[in-house]
Amino acid sequence: MTRGRVPWPLVIPAALGLAFLVLPPAGLVLRAPWSTLGARLAEPQVLAALRLSLVTATLATGLCLLLGVPLAWALARGGFRGRNLVRALVTVPLVLPPVVGGVALLTVLGRNGIVGRWLEAAFGVTLPFSTAGVVLAEAFVAMPFLVISVEGALRGVDPRYEEAAATLGASRWTIFRRVTLPMVAPGVAAGAILCWARALGEFGATITFAGNFPGRTQTMPLAVYLALETDPQAAIVLSLVLLAVCTAILALLRDRWVSGP
Amino acid sequence: MSDRVFGKTARAAVALASALAAAGCGGAGGATVTVFAAASLTESFTELGRVFERSHPGVKVRFSFAGSSALARQIVDGAPADVFAAADHSAMQAVTDARRTAAAPRIFARNRLVIATAPGDPGGVRSLRDLADRRVTVVLCAAQVPCGAAAREALRAAGVQVAPASEEQDVKAVLTKVRMGEADAGLVYRTDVRAAGGRVRGIDFPEAAHAVNDYPIAPLTGASEPRHARAFVSLVTSARGRAALAERGFDLP
Amino acid sequence: MTAGLQARLVVRRGEFVLDLSLEAAAGEVVALLGPNGAGKTTALRALAGLVPLAEGHVRLDGEPVHRLAVERRPVGVVFQDYLLFPHMTALDNVAFGPRCRGVPRRRARRRAAEWLRRVGLEGHEDRRPRELSGGQAQRVALARALAVEPRLLLLDEPLAALDAHTRSQIRSGLRRHLADFAGVAIVVTHDPLDAMALADRLVVVERGRLVQQGPPAEVARRPRSDYVARLVGVNLCRGRAEGRLIALHGSPVRLETDRPVQGEVFAAFAPSSVALCAERPEGGPHGRWRARVEAVERHGDRIRVELGGPLQASADVAPAAVAELGLVEGNEVWARVEAAEVRAYPV
Repeated sequence: MTRGRVPWPLVIPAALGLAFLVLPPAGLVLRAPWSTLGARLAEPQVLAALRLSLVTATLATGLCLLLGVPLAWALARGGFRGRNLVRALVTVPLVLPPVVGGVALLTVLGRNGIVGRWLEAAFGVTLPFSTAGVVLAEAFVAMPFLVISVEGALRGVDPRYEEAAATLGASRWTIFRRVTLPMVAPGVAAGAILCWARALGEFGATITFAGNFPGRTQTMPLAVYLALETDPQAAIVLSLVLLAVCTAILALLRDRWVSGP
Repeated sequence: MSDRVFGKTARAAVALASALAAAGCGGAGGATVTVFAAASLTESFTELGRVFERSHPGVKVRFSFAGSSALARQIVDGAPADVFAAADHSAMQAVTDARRTAAAPRIFARNRLVIATAPGDPGGVRSLRDLADRRVTVVLCAAQVPCGAAAREALRAAGVQVAPASEEQDVKAVLTKVRMGEADAGLVYRTDVRAAGGRVRGIDFPEAAHAVNDYPIAPLTGASEPRHARAFVSLVTSARGRAALAERGFDLP
Repeated sequence: MTAGLQARLVVRRGEFVLDLSLEAAAGEVVALLGPNGAGKTTALRALAGLVPLAEGHVRLDGEPVHRLAVERRPVGVVFQDYLLFPHMTALDNVAFGPRCRGVPRRRARRRAAEWLRRVGLEGHEDRRPRELSGGQAQRVALARALAVEPRLLLLDEPLAALDAHTRSQIRSGLRRHLADFAGVAIVVTHDPLDAMALADRLVVVERGRLVQQGPPAEVARRPRSDYVARLVGVNLCRGRAEGRLIALHGSPVRLETDRPVQGEVFAAFAPSSVALCAERPEGGPHGRWRARVEAVERHGDRIRVELGGPLQASADVAPAAVAELGLVEGNEVWARVEAAEVRAYPV
């Protein structure tokens, strides 16, 4: 069979699917107020929101990598009971409406939350209304994407490679670091990119847990939402900026990291 | 050919659906009045909807509650609504400008801001001045939404400078933060405090008079049930309607 | 202190039970031979510590190692499909073991380069596994296992993944490296040729048990199970011997042998020693029977005839005989085996 020839029963749904995904953003581009674009972009609030978005999404992705990769490893390799339950729990943030996720975060990490109260008493740290809160909200919503992709990648690795490493004298930690992790690197990268994109677009949990304050917790999606209240044109511009930056960065990373066969 | 078949089937389906709907409402017409109303009207309008259905047998009232500006945008974009009740003038103005109002909007209620304080009042807030205290965590609505505009007007009138910890996307979000104790205080509408049912305390302040929100209502052009649309507007502005609104904390014109 | 390996391996997995005692002297190469599912690989994995022992022990040079974790055993393993780390170069694959065992980076890389040179892969240090041919990958795997300087080297079907031509080349190279190896080497294989060529001693395992062991020539000459007989290509039957006459179990046929034995015996004879003829052969009544042709197929430049009837056996005949004797499935024919061709040995 020749590569690239798509059987016709797939062509129409594929084309419809593509149109369905591409047309709405294209609509944004068409409706954009191009003449005032420059002036709007120069507004310091826009730049501040964009910078905050990029910084928090990146930090959130870092946090997800730090916690999510070991979690994915435990799910893929750990022999503990109730693994299926844990896997189901990991996906909860995916199905939870993000606003509810934000409220859930407040009940735990809020000023009166189970952990938050202790954090404030012991360290004087309050997370709501802070940039750290934005990072946590984004990480909460985005981590399942990372865990699921990395777990899938780990399941794709023949565990006998790890056995081979063990017979060569590698400790479990060395095996993870020097064999398993490099072998799932493409999966980790793909997961991190998904995670980052999800974090970048995060709205509900962020505004509920961290609130909205320009320069501190107002990310691009929040700025877009509020602009929509009074100035839909501005909202379109902001969305386009987010879209452009996101697409550019993803395209760049995809070429560098996830160079497929 | 297949279009014709489909058309027939579709017509049959519609006929069947209408028949079922009519049976469900006990006969007489099966008309539906669609009301787009500001979120703060949820409780009072739901009650009035039931009153309306009792006095107009066979007519159903369907509500879409959301932020006024979002609703206005949907109406301007052609959403099939019969009545629009907004929480401020500007949302209604957008609809009027688009020539979607069938009659001049009437003010049927007013809402005023109060200071909402968190359970246990950790900030020790007694008046608007206390909100200027840096140790008190205050959240307001964003300036872009009606409650935020009103809050800023009231604060300006009182000459109080507040540095909010967050500018929330709507009044319910402010209330959530206060109710969960994340913020010590916030400025919300009196109706919101009433709806929160005792978890949050509301403190009236005189400067609120400078930023009263008018609630306009109007029947819309292109209404599928213009007669019932007008009747619903009348109910809202009647003594019965005023009683329902007053009970929820609204001021009446 | 006893040099070499003493092991008793008991592994239970559901219905399957492996119970195998193994001994091997330092410098000895032992082939574990057996059909698929016999437990050879399980035995290997148990020696490496990748499968826990239900009972038993593994002693290397007198020192018990079966309680040591995999990574602490003085063992090197060459896996069936090599399992070279795909993200590392050949050199890094070989240096991995020494690095894990605490050798400083530069020394480990020098040692790895030396091992690659010894297996004839000088100049391939920077290749990734996917850039290596099957034979090269096999040699990298061998170098990687040897680079940790193990006292026990385990090879799981080391030649199975190679095509026939590469296989014979790699086999002779492997034999050289195994001969140089000072410790105990255990090779798992289901290929009799590999086993004969590489090993000093064969250990035949069937259904988790040892069925026969000994030097390759001895095993080939005196097979003690149908599996081994098939492997080495001889006909094997069991019977009771009285002097030079053997009454076979489950068959009216009696075989003659030229050396007297007594009691329960195996009787082995090569397919090439079975003569087929149309008429009842001349001579005494023994070693002759009326057989039914069950299958006829080419076997090199000879024809292999599978015989049924009173005695199951294979016979190798010249192609011309097929036409002369009418050797077609279902036809009957006389078979004869002379006393000088029958080897009888006690069970």
